[in-house]
Amino acid sequence: MRNLRRRHFLKFGSASLIAGASAISMPNIVLGAVRKVVIIGGGAGGTIAAKYLKKSDPLIEVTLIESDKTYNTCFMSNEVIGGGRKIESLNHGYDGLKNRGVNVVHDTASAIDIDRNTVLTTSGDRFEYDRLIVSPGISFKMDDIDGYDSVAAKVMPHAWKAGAQTSLLRKQLLAMDDGGLVILAPPANPFRCPPGPYERVCQIAHYLKRYKPRSKILVIDSKDKFSKQALFMQGWEARYKGMIDWIPGTETGGGVTSVDSAKMVVSTDFDDFNPDVANIIPPQQAGDIALLSGLSDSSGWCPVHLGTFESKIHKGIHIIGDASMANGMPKSAYAANSQAKVCAAAVLASLNETEMPEPSYVNTCYSLVAPDYGISIAAVYRLSEDQSEIKSMSGGLTAIDASADTLQREVQYAYSWYDNIVADMFT
Amino acid sequence: MRLLVHLILFSSLSLAVFTLNASSQSEMLTDTCVACHGENGNSLGPAIPNLGGMTRNYLLGAMLAFKYGENDQLNAAIESDQDLEDVEAFARKSTIMARIAKGYSDEEIKIIADHFSEQELFVSQQEVNLIKAKSGEKLHEKYCANCHENRGTSSEGDTGVLAGQWRPYFLWTMADYLDGSREMPKKMKIKLKKMVKVSGIESLDLLANYYASVIP
Repeated sequence: MRNLRRRHFLKFGSASLIAGASAISMPNIVLGAVRKVVIIGGGAGGTIAAKYLKKSDPLIEVTLIESDKTYNTCFMSNEVIGGGRKIESLNHGYDGLKNRGVNVVHDTASAIDIDRNTVLTTSGDRFEYDRLIVSPGISFKMDDIDGYDSVAAKVMPHAWKAGAQTSLLRKQLLAMDDGGLVILAPPANPFRCPPGPYERVCQIAHYLKRYKPRSKILVIDSKDKFSKQALFMQGWEARYKGMIDWIPGTETGGGVTSVDSAKMVVSTDFDDFNPDVANIIPPQQAGDIALLSGLSDSSGWCPVHLGTFESKIHKGIHIIGDASMANGMPKSAYAANSQAKVCAAAVLASLNETEMPEPSYVNTCYSLVAPDYGISIAAVYRLSEDQSEIKSMSGGLTAIDASADTLQREVQYAYSWYDNIVADMFT
Repeated sequence: MRLLVHLILFSSLSLAVFTLNASSQSEMLTDTCVACHGENGNSLGPAIPNLGGMTRNYLLGAMLAFKYGENDQLNAAIESDQDLEDVEAFARKSTIMARIAKGYSDEEIKIIADHFSEQELFVSQQEVNLIKAKSGEKLHEKYCANCHENRGTSSEGDTGVLAGQWRPYFLWTMADYLDGSREMPKKMKIKLKKMVKVSGIESLDLLANYYASVIP
């Protein structure tokens, strides 16, 4: 069997090499000017953008700026909270990308000098770019819930960025007595990982059912509906009957409005609660660097052209992943992965002054209800005619009457997805 | 070939002409598969299957089966397109692939099948019970080798490739065949049923070990 990846070249038509050269901006290349792409953020989006740019064109200088020396995936972290997975398995390093020729810089991007096409970092370094890709993830709107700030988060973890917060929440659950109360407060849309809080409910319930069966979980939601709701509720009923109470936003006047982390009190407009463990997931917006650089609009998220992820505010800068307003796609790791590949193709085409292929996008999200019970949502997308939407061409959820066998297979597929996506990101 | 491409790329810096770096429609469509199926369809498992080593017709059959669901519609699609005339397919059960395949046009599916038909067979790293594998080898030779040639590495005749495939995926597929939720070619049905009748359901585990042990 041949081991060739046959390359189907672009629609710009010519099969001859010389004709291709005329489409390139000649002076830069003739002078040997290296084209530079800087990427801020080494997560689900940034790593993929870096890798796929480098794969497609080894001559592009790709710099990835990421504060952390290793990365903890938030996806699959719920299984660590539930006890079925060790946190070390979420941790991945950047050597693979370095081996691919990506210049990985462990520093924090502090500002973007738009006029000089330069990224500044906190340690004083400057990185010039021809194109910039910003994949900063999310930041929290800490002023939305009274009393919930970064100090409170050390007592009432959000665990919505993985690592220390994940371990903290897990530790708190381990320390809780049987018969305790766990409160989860999921935020209003849009937020990172729509099914995430409800998968977490399952994982916590799975742990409690086994080790602290008299305990209860109270979900005080800001919303009235949530992702995969029918499937989750079916799972809760089937596996964790009597343990979980989900309260929609309308019944509480909009969910949790204030907390007192010193006294361990969680409040809505009508009631106060005294949980033993409080997982507050605050409302979200784009990561700090995007907000600071004027890449976001009044919603707190970054408007982009959906076929290229180029900012609608600043040309030459692309935003992908959770921070972007990828209208039609959820904020997920798979979506960031998919968007990064489209963005890389767009940046490549832009630098080479060629046409990019028609974008194609995919999202697949698995949720683990129990070690033998998985559910999923999947979709294939295309850019709508008027470019206003990343439109789903197909997709859907696990069937509501899926067999036990199917649900068990979905768990193994979820684990496979995890291993393959992190390899995609880091090797 | 890859070395040659790299040589051309690196020498082009001084020649200053162009770069062989166009991102293609094929890559656009198939790069999205990587996050689940691995690079080049080389899945790291434990269960999502490898996609390399299979013929275009087999892959087309699989994707179209996922897309069309029922045999009537599947056969209608195949019969209406001359380019698909050699494709043999049966409707297939899936957890997620039907939802994915339905998102692509038949033309896109051809591009996807073309791409994966060019990828090499990938042998997953799995634990193997060598004693079971030896028994499995005998079963393979007796019941499977006529169609699944060359120790299950071949896709000759547009068969599925068995060697090196993830064991859970192999076992689930066999379970689906046996309980009727997935259709098999007549020849296969006869052989498979006979094997299970003569050697019991444990024979599947023996086969699974054998295929996991094959080095192409």
